[in-house]
Order: sequence, then C-alpha cells, then structure tokens
Amino acid sequence: MAFAIEVKDLVKYYGELLAIDHISFQVEKGEIFGFLGPNGAGKTTTQRILTGIIEANDGAVWIMGYNIRKDAFYAKSLMGIVPEMANPYIDISAWENLMLMGELYGVPKETRIKQADKLLKMLGLNERKNAKVKTFSKGMKQRLLLCIALISQSQLLFLDEPTVGLDVQSARLIRNLIAELNKEGVTVFLTTHNIEEANQLCTQIAIIDHGKIATIDSPENLRQAFRSMQSVEIGFAIPFDDTRLLRKLAGVSQVKKVGEKFRLYTEEPAKVIYELVNLSRTNNIKFTTLNTLGPSLEDVFVKITEQHKGWDYEKH
Amino acid sequence: MKNTKKVKQELRRAWAIAKKDIRIYYFKSPVIIFGIIFPFFLFLAFALGRNISPVFLFPGIIGMTLFFTASSVGPIIMPWEARMRTLERLLSCPVSIQFILLGDIFAGFIFGIIISLVPFLFAILGFGLAMHNLPLFILSILVSSFCFSSLGILLSSPPSDNPSNIMMLSNLVRLPVIFISGIFIPIEHLPAAGKIIANFSPLTYTVDLLRYGFEGVSLYSVSRNVSMLILFLAIFLLLGMKLHKRNLVKRL
Repeated sequence: MAFAIEVKDLVKYYGELLAIDHISFQVEKGEIFGFLGPNGAGKTTTQRILTGIIEANDGAVWIMGYNIRKDAFYAKSLMGIVPEMANPYIDISAWENLMLMGELYGVPKETRIKQADKLLKMLGLNERKNAKVKTFSKGMKQRLLLCIALISQSQLLFLDEPTVGLDVQSARLIRNLIAELNKEGVTVFLTTHNIEEANQLCTQIAIIDHGKIATIDSPENLRQAFRSMQSVEIGFAIPFDDTRLLRKLAGVSQVKKVGEKFRLYTEEPAKVIYELVNLSRTNNIKFTTLNTLGPSLEDVFVKITEQHKGWDYEKH
Repeated sequence: MKNTKKVKQELRRAWAIAKKDIRIYYFKSPVIIFGIIFPFFLFLAFALGRNISPVFLFPGIIGMTLFFTASSVGPIIMPWEARMRTLERLLSCPVSIQFILLGDIFAGFIFGIIISLVPFLFAILGFGLAMHNLPLFILSILVSSFCFSSLGILLSSPPSDNPSNIMMLSNLVRLPVIFISGIFIPIEHLPAAGKIIANFSPLTYTVDLLRYGFEGVSLYSVSRNVSMLILFLAIFLLLGMKLHKRNLVKRL
C-alpha cells in the first residue's frame, strides 16, 4: 500500500543544535495522524520539512509517492496546508485570497470560483467575502486559512495548531470539518498541543520529544499500554485527609488529591475498590462518589515526554 | 517535455504572485516615498536653476526614475511577508523560490515602466523632444527595468522582517549610484576616478542608452551598454536568488 506520507531517517540541524534526530514514520491514506509534543520538541520543524518549506540535512520524505526534495512541485500540488501562526493577506479580500491561492495551485478559474463559493459558505464567511481580511477576527482568519488549504481539493491536509487561540464555536466548526473531510477520504496530518483534540480526532498519534519519536500508536492502545496509570477516584462524605491510609491500601501505587476527591493510581482497579469498601466498613466512612478512570491521553503524554529517555512503554 | 510544462505552469504562478504584489505593495508608503517622491525632489534639488539642455536632462531623469521605481518594490516584499506571517503559506505553494522571486521582479519591472512613462511623455509632449531610435529606447527601458527590479530583490535578501531596515540599506546603495552614472554631470566631465567608478554602475549604461535613443550619440557603444546591463541583470538575479534561498529559514 502506498502511504500518504513516508518519512525515513530524517535529520535536521540548526547550526549545532540537533532539532530532528533520525525520525521515521508512515501515515496511511485516510488517517488522521496526530503529531504531539511539548514546545521545542521539533513538531513545526518536522511539518516544515514534510511540506517542503525547509530542507532536511539527511533522510527522505515521500508525499503520495513523490520525493519532497526532488519532486517538490508535484508533492506540494497534492497538499493543503495551514501553517502555525500564519495569516492570510490582510490587505486584500477573502475572495481575492482564495483566487490567488487557487492560481498558485493551478486550479482552473471556473473550478476555483465554484470551490471558493462553496468553502466560504461552508465556513460561514460568505457574507464578508469582499471585505478586506484586516477587518476579520482571529477565528475568521483561521477559517479563511482552512478555506485556502482546501481550495485545491487536496487529498492530504497539514494542519499546524489549527484551533489554537480560537473561540469555542470556531474551534468546534474546524474540528467537525476535519472529521467530515476525513470521512470523505482526506488524510490529515494534525500537529497540535491540544491532547483532547488529538484524542477526539486522531486514528494514530505520534509523540515527539527532543527531536525523537517517543511513541506511535492509536490513542486507545497508548492508554492501554499505560495500565499502571489507571486510577480509582473517590470522594468522602466527611472531611478526610489521611492520604497515608489510602497509600497503604493493597494495589495502590500513588495517591493524588484532586479538589475534594482522591485519585488512587493502580494496575488493579477492582482490588483497590474492594480495599476501599473494607476501609469504609471498618472505619464507618461513607463515600459520595467512586469512579474508575482509564489513563487519559494527557497522562500518557506527560509520562512519555517526562521519561521517554530509555523508556519502553510496552514493558509497562 | 514534462519540464517545459512545469516551467510554463510556474511562470503562470509567478505572474499570479506579481498581480498579488501589485495589489498589495504598490501603494505602501515606503514604495511611494522612496520610489517616487524622493527621486522627484532629488531631481528638483539638482536640476532646477541650472542651465541644462532638455536633451541631456531627460535621459538622466528617465533613467533615474526607472532606477528608483523599479528597485523600490522588491525590497519591501519579503520583509513585509515575513512580518505579516504570510511568507510560510506562500512558500508551501507549488512554486519554487526562484519563481516566487521572479513574480516579485515582474511587479517591480512593471512599476518602473509605468512611472518612467511620466517623464518620458513630459519630454515628448511637453518639451517636444524627438526620438532618434525608439525601438532601442524601448529595449533599454525593458532591460534596465528588469535589471533594477532584480537589484531590488537582491537588496531585500538580508533576513530582516523590518521593511524600514531594508529600505534604509537599499537607499544606502542606491543614492551614491545616481551621482556616478552621468545623470547630472556627463561621465566625460568626471575626474579619472569617477570615470572608473561609473563603469560599476548599471545606471551608467541605461542613461547612455537612453541618450542614444534621443540624440543618436552615446559615450559607449550600444552593444557594450546592452551587454553590461545584461551582465548586471544576471549578477543581481543569480546572487539575489542564491541569498534568498540561503536566508529563507531565518525569516520564518
């Protein structure tokens, strides 16, 4: 099967700083591939190499079978891109921005007019299509950037933090659109800080840290791999502050106070619940709530990025 | 065959970039101030009150106007795009950096030609100057405008996202050039050192060609003037593209 994106042994230096350290991965056609990592981990550098904006020092990237370095013109023609912190041209209208980008992607005039019309309506910008973009809000500019990325009807989208700093409605509109496009077969490479967004949208997630891929898996498998991060959350009917007592319960590895509740981390939630019930009977302490929680993707992310040096998550 | 098709497609996209530049950058204040107003007042300061014949004066004015206008658009584009965060989006399009810069050069080229039509028409209609060789005159305008517009691109290659820094640098380079190119003082009247330095100014060859177009008389031969302009054009173009490519990452 031909991959939408294939990355092999990519290396990028900025001066003496090794920003990307021999990373390799593949993105299958039709996937939403989440690319997560802390600030400075190498996310944007990787996306810039993948989209042909900067060149790697070593390694290779294929986009839909085209080598990004040797066949940049053809590879770039197949992508739609929303770069991080980018702006549309603010001195011209939304319509003129779309016509310009359509021309730059070689979209025939009739098609780009139809497509621009459809996209502006779909993203709620049609009323303001002739207004200069300098009068747009941040959310409107971001929606316009997404229209620009879609003007060439690309089958591969690169989105770098597409919802960052947006109001709830704009962010939701963009997320829904990403999911809709994916249903139609569009492959999405989503670089994000927003773990919940990645959790909702992505079929595969790669976590990058210090220029290295720490792990790649589906969100569900990542959570499963970190069974030790399962927890039992408990709230007591009376004021209770004896964390030492909770820590002594069999099967509990760690106790955290979260607001008025306690979170007891364990690999065996059933055993911990049994112990808690015994504790309640013995000490006559009533519960108000008792929930079992799987590890959140955020827990997994923090664990990996804190400890991935030498960490083999499959052992856990 | 595949390559010819690709070049044609990239040329069309370079033209789309030129149209974008025309819409966005022609009316930016640094372009108006340093491309039109500044050379106009410079001309007034040097030419008014001096007994200079129109047939000597106008080739100089047209050459100077072309030089300032064609080279004033390029320096503003890249720093402006970097500052407004539109550059990365542009670079991700299926157009190589060479053709993006070519689009920017087209914009300066057209601006130079349009604005220099003003003194040209003034010379013909206002002062009744006759043309000795119109086709050569037109060729000189075309080659020179392309050459000066490429100079503008070269001047914008330092990786600054501050247009005023680049405009300052470009004026530092452009201002001395007009004093050594035979605009206000004929080159043959310059001291020996001045005559040598004049050879390193592309404007010298433009003004000399324009004088030939009007009068049929020039200091250097037509072929030497044209060859030197093409040589400068090639240097500005190749050096500009190389430096831009090298400095691109620093702009992002």
